[in-house]
Amino acid sequence: MNRQPRKLVILNIVTLILLVAATLVVFLYAPMEAKMGNVQKVFYFHLAAAWVGMIGFSVAVIAGIAYLITNQRKWDIAGLAAVEVSLVFFFIAIVAGSIWARRTWGTWWTWDPRLTSAAIVELVYAAYLMLRQGIEDPDRRARFGAVYAIIAFISVPITFFSIRILRTIHPDLNQSGSGGMGLTPKMLHTLLFSLFVFSFVFADLYWHRLRLGQLTDKIEQLRLKVLE
Amino acid sequence: MLYIPYSPPPETTNYMIAGYIVILGVMSIYVVSLFLRRRKLEQDVKILEELEDQTDNR
Repeated sequence: MNRQPRKLVILNIVTLILLVAATLVVFLYAPMEAKMGNVQKVFYFHLAAAWVGMIGFSVAVIAGIAYLITNQRKWDIAGLAAVEVSLVFFFIAIVAGSIWARRTWGTWWTWDPRLTSAAIVELVYAAYLMLRQGIEDPDRRARFGAVYAIIAFISVPITFFSIRILRTIHPDLNQSGSGGMGLTPKMLHTLLFSLFVFSFVFADLYWHRLRLGQLTDKIEQLRLKVLE
Repeated sequence: MLYIPYSPPPETTNYMIAGYIVILGVMSIYVVSLFLRRRKLEQDVKILEELEDQTDNR
């Protein structure tokens, strides 16, 4: 069995400790919000999960561009890993947001610009994974993946800025008053710590997913060799 | 003097618990899926390497 590198083992441990710490900070340090009650605490990990999504989709663009320039398979593996991890976290952000919305807006889902654009992002990147599987030739698949990841990224800033450009009921962190979140300093500390911790979670899972991609690539090479 | 009546925050703990179950649950499922996929791939590598050795010996 291929053992994990020492640095990855350390990252696993640090990430786990940080995740437990972030959970404790959310439950014990962050104050209860006066209008929404405890459900508001979902917001910290909801936003942090969306943050991981944004990081990963950005990494996929960089990997896509790097692949088109260098034609090296490692960039395809890097892009695929980033999209997969981000897709999982973006899904978490959408579902957690939906639970929050049920109590706050009285509905699980509404076709609000932010929610709709987030759902489109999720579907666009899910399609990336499905379409890739339909291409047999590794080089064609990698080229397709690189171009797709670059084009698909257009949907990410649209989602991010949708609450500023369009009329929406989704709260905006930067806005004060009724449309804003009205975060107290303790809430802000908790949010920033959650974002920090989830960056570690991304790095850790991304490394694991990269190793998986490298192994898949090795199998593909071995298969070709055995078939010859 | 203006009197503002105090209303306590609504009881929404169940929604918070549901939210965290989803967040930590999905993350755990993904970690398990990474582990299982890796184990399966390592078995595949082992088989393919054996096959490769056999074909090399012929």
